[in-house]
Amino acid sequence: MTFWILAPIMVAAALGILFVRKAVHAALLLAVVMISLAFLYAVLDAPFLFAVQIIVYTGAILMLFLFVMMLIGVDATDSVVETIRGQRVMAVVLGLLFGVVLVVGISQVTLGTVVGLDEANAGGNVPAIANILFSRYVFAFEATSALLITAALGAMVLAHRERLTPKQTQADQAAQRMRDYAEHGKHLGPLPSPGVYARHNAVDTPALLPDGTAAESSVSRVLAARGTVRSAPALADDIDDVRRQIAGLDGKSPAAMPETSGKAGAPAATEEDVK
Amino acid sequence: MNLLSHSVLAAGLPMAEEGAHAPVIAPDMGAGGVFDLLWLVIALPVLGAVLLLGVAPFLPSSLRAVADKHGHLLGTAMAALSFVLSLVLFLALVGRDAESRQVGQQLWTWFETGSLTVGMDLLYDQLAALFLLLITGVGTLIHVYAIGYMEHDPRRRRFFGYLNLFVAAMLTLILSANFVGLFLGWEGVGLASYLLIGFWQHKPSAAAAAKKAFVINRVGDIGLSLAIALMFATFGTADFGAVSELAGEASQGTLNALGLLLLLGACGKSAQVPLQAWLLDAMEGPTPVSALIHAATMVTAGVYLVVRSNFIFDLTPVAQTAVVVVATVTLLWGAILGCAKDDIKKALAGSTMSQIGYMMLAAGLGPVGYPFAIFHLLTHGFFKANMFLGAGSVMHGMNDDVDMRHYGALNKAMPVTFLTFAMGYLAIIGFPGFSGFWSKDRIIETALAENLIIGILALIGAGITGFYMTRLMLMTFFGEKRWEKDVHPHESPKVMTVPLIVLAALSVLGGLLLFNDWIVTWLEPVTGHVEHHEPPLPAIVITLIITAVVAIGVAAAWFLVGRRAVPREAPQDVSFATRAARADLYGDAINDAVVVRPGAALVGGLATFDRVGVDGVVEGGSSAVGGLSTTMRRVQNGFVRSYALSLLGGALLVVLALLAVNLG
Amino acid sequence: MTEYVVLSAILFTIGCVGVLTRRNAIVVFMCVELMLNACNLAFVAFARQHGNLDGQITAFFVMVVAAAEVVIGLAIIMTIFRTRRSASVDDASLLKY
Repeated sequence: MTFWILAPIMVAAALGILFVRKAVHAALLLAVVMISLAFLYAVLDAPFLFAVQIIVYTGAILMLFLFVMMLIGVDATDSVVETIRGQRVMAVVLGLLFGVVLVVGISQVTLGTVVGLDEANAGGNVPAIANILFSRYVFAFEATSALLITAALGAMVLAHRERLTPKQTQADQAAQRMRDYAEHGKHLGPLPSPGVYARHNAVDTPALLPDGTAAESSVSRVLAARGTVRSAPALADDIDDVRRQIAGLDGKSPAAMPETSGKAGAPAATEEDVK
Repeated sequence: MNLLSHSVLAAGLPMAEEGAHAPVIAPDMGAGGVFDLLWLVIALPVLGAVLLLGVAPFLPSSLRAVADKHGHLLGTAMAALSFVLSLVLFLALVGRDAESRQVGQQLWTWFETGSLTVGMDLLYDQLAALFLLLITGVGTLIHVYAIGYMEHDPRRRRFFGYLNLFVAAMLTLILSANFVGLFLGWEGVGLASYLLIGFWQHKPSAAAAAKKAFVINRVGDIGLSLAIALMFATFGTADFGAVSELAGEASQGTLNALGLLLLLGACGKSAQVPLQAWLLDAMEGPTPVSALIHAATMVTAGVYLVVRSNFIFDLTPVAQTAVVVVATVTLLWGAILGCAKDDIKKALAGSTMSQIGYMMLAAGLGPVGYPFAIFHLLTHGFFKANMFLGAGSVMHGMNDDVDMRHYGALNKAMPVTFLTFAMGYLAIIGFPGFSGFWSKDRIIETALAENLIIGILALIGAGITGFYMTRLMLMTFFGEKRWEKDVHPHESPKVMTVPLIVLAALSVLGGLLLFNDWIVTWLEPVTGHVEHHEPPLPAIVITLIITAVVAIGVAAAWFLVGRRAVPREAPQDVSFATRAARADLYGDAINDAVVVRPGAALVGGLATFDRVGVDGVVEGGSSAVGGLSTTMRRVQNGFVRSYALSLLGGALLVVLALLAVNLG
Repeated sequence: MTEYVVLSAILFTIGCVGVLTRRNAIVVFMCVELMLNACNLAFVAFARQHGNLDGQITAFFVMVVAAAEVVIGLAIIMTIFRTRRSASVDDASLLKY
C-alpha cells in the first residue's frame, strides 16, 4: 500500500528534476525522492538503511548540495535552449528506449516466492547488519574508511586557495579608507541607513536626501540589481489614501494623526494599522 | 735422383684404392707438454694487436709518444715469439710417433644453442704445422722488413698492430679444429686485409681497392658460410673430426653442394676466377702488406681450405673437376695479366694469381696432388715474399715509382736487392735446382698423369711464367737507365736487405723439403694416399720438356724485351691481346656486365617498386586512415553530455544483448 | 517484488535522461545521485527477495562511496566555478579535436 502511494510521488518528483529551471527546486524535489525511498526501505525490512538514508543522504549529502549551490549563486538558472544539436531529442529517445527495454526485460523475469527477512532480522536488523559488516565485509569496510579519508583530503586540497597577498588587518583597512578619502574624496563614514521615517525604515526603501531625491547608497546593491527597490515618493499617495480611509471609518480627525512629512510609507505598516 | 721418381710413393706403403675415403681426423686431446701452449701461438700476435691498437691510443700523450716510437718493436717481437713457439711445436711434433701427430686442444665452449655445440678447439697436425711455420716465419721477416720500409710513416704503430692482427687471424684460421673457428679467422683475415690495403686511406684509389677486396671477399664468404650451415644441417656439427667421419654418409648431392660452396669461398680468398678482380687492385697497400697477403696469409687460405676439406672433396668428383677448371683458367689468366702489366707490383700480383692457380690445380687433383699443392704453397711463400719485398726495396730506392718503364739498369745501383730478386726469379720460373723447379715440376707432372689437356695447359702456363718474369727482370734490372729526374737509386738499409737475403736463401733451398719425398710422407696422414696414374712419358722426359718450355718463354722475353730499347711510355698501337691483358682481361668489365649492371637494374627496379607499390599502399592506407579520422574526430566535440549519450547507447546495446541471450 | 525493481528501473532511466539533458553541473550531479539511489532500491528489494542482508550491505557501501564522490565532485565544481565563473558542463569543452 505504502508503495503504491509513494511510487507515483517519487516518479513525479524525479520527472520534476528534469523540468524545473532552478537548481534549488531540483534539490528539494530530490529530497522528496530520497525521503520516499527511505520509507520504502522501512517497508522492505531495512530499518538501518531507512535511518542512514534520512541522515546521510537527505541530511548530509543533499545539504552539501545546497551549500555549494549557495556558494555558487542560487539565482543561476539553466537556459532552456539546447546548445548541442540533437542532444535533447536523442537523449529522450534513447532514454525512453532504455527504460522500456529495462521494464519489459524485468517483467519477463519471474522472481519466485519472496523469502523475506524475518529470519535474517531475527535478532534485530542493526545487529544482523553489524554481524556481516564486521566479519565478511570487514576489509571492504576498512577500504571505505580509507576512501573517505582520501576524499576529505582531496576536498581540502581542491578547495584550498593559496594566499598570494598578506592578510589585511583592521588597521590596514582603516588606513586604506583614510587614503581613499584623501586622494579621491571617498565618503569616510558609514553609509546612510534606509528609510526616511521611523515607520517606513524597510531596507528596500531608500533614504531621502534633504532635497527629496533618493539616496542610492542607502539600499543594498543586491536589491537595486534585482529591481525591487520601492521609491518612497511613489508610495506617498497610497499612504494618504489609507490615512483618509482610517479617518473616515473611525470618525477621527486626520489632524489627530501624525502628519506625514515627506512622501514615504510602507504598505506593511499601514496594514498593521488596519488590523 | 730419387726425387724424380714416383715409385717412392708406392714403396713400403699399403696400396689404397682410387677414391678411397680420406683419413678421419681424430686429434689426441691430452698431448700435454709443449702442446698445451698451442693457444699461445695465436694469443701472442693478438696481444700485440690489442696493445698497439686497443691500449696505445688511450695512453697519456707522453706514453703514447713512446708507443708510437717503439710500438713496431713490440709487434715484431710478438711475431718472432710466435715463430719460435711454432718451431718448438714443430720439433715436438716431429718427435712424436708418425701415427699420433694430430694434437688437439680444447679451450672453451664457444656457443651452445639447442643440440648445437661449437667449441673453441684447436687442431695441430702435420698440415697446420707447416702453415704455422710459413705464416709466422715469413710473417716475422716481413715485420722486420716493414720496420725499415715504414720508417717515415707517422702511423707506423697502427700498421704493425694491423700486421699482428692479420697474422693472428690467419693463425686462427689454420689452427681451428672446426669450420666455425676457421670462419672466424677467415673473416678476421678479410678485415685485416681491408684495413691494410686501405692503410693509406688518404688515397682514394687505396680506399676503393680496400672496399673492392672486402666486397669481393664477401661473395666468397657467403659460399663458406652457406657450406658451414649446410654442414650443420646435414651432420649436426662442423668439427673437422666429426665431419670427416660422417662425410661418407651424406648424399652425393649434398656433398657436391658442399664442395662447390667451399670452392666459392676458396675462390674469394685465393683470388681465383671469377673472384680474382680484387687482387691486382690490392697492390694499393704498402708493399709489406702485399708480400704478407701473397706469400704468407690470405691467398693461401683458399688452398688450405680445399686441402683441409679433403674429406669432402675426395667424395665429390664434380667439385674436384670444378676446382681443376677454375684453377687452370686462373693460372693462365694470371700469367697473361703478368705479361702486360708495367706496374712491377701488379705484374707480381698476376704471377701470384697464376701460382695460386697451380696450387689449386694440384689440390683439385685429389690425394695425389695435395702434398704438392702444399709444397708449392711453401716454396711460393718463400720466393714470392722475397720478390715482393725486393720490389718494395726497388720502389724504396726509386721514390715509390712503380712503373717498370722508368726503371732499368738497377743491378749496379742495388746489388743486394738484385741478387736476392734474381734468386726468387730463378725459383719461380723453375730453374733446375731451385725450389720452384721441384714444386712446379711435380704439379705439372701429376696434372699430365691425371688429365692430358689440363697438364698441357699447365705446361703452357709455365712457359708464360718464364716470359713475364724474364720481362720483369729485364725491364727492372737490365737495359739502359730510364730513370725519372731527381731519382737516385740506392741500396736499402740492412733491416730491409737481411730479410731479403734470408728469403732468397729459402727460395734456393726450399726444394729440400722434397728430399726423399719427405713432405709427401709427412702429409700423408692428413691427405690420404692413393696410387696415381702413370704419366704418359717417363718423369725425366717430362722434366726436360718443362725446362725446355720455360727456356722458350725466357728466350722469347729476351728477343722481345731484352734486345730492344724499352720505351718510357707504354706504346698504344698494340695488339688486341695486349690491350685486353692491360685491362685485366676485362675482368672488371665482365663483373660490371654480369653482376654490377644487372644488380643495379634490379635494385633500381626494386626501389621503384618500393616507391610506387609498397609506399603507395602504405601511404594510401595512411591517407585513407587520415581522411577517415578527420571525419571521425568530429565525434570528439568536447561536450561531456555527448559522450554520456554514447555511453547510454552502449548500455542499451549491452542490456539488449543480455536480454536476447537470456530470454531469447 | 517486481514493482520495486520496475520503479528502480524507471528512476534510473529518469536519472540518465537528466544527466544527458541538464547543463548545470550540480543538477547533473543530483541526477547521478538519483541513479545511485535507484540502484540502492533494487539492492534492498533483492535483499528481501533472497532473504539475506548482503543487498542491504551493498546499498550501505554505495551510500558511503556516493558520499565520498559527492565531496570530491562538488569540490571540483567549486574549483571550476572559481576560475571560470560558470557551473555549466558545456562550458568545459576545450578537450576536443
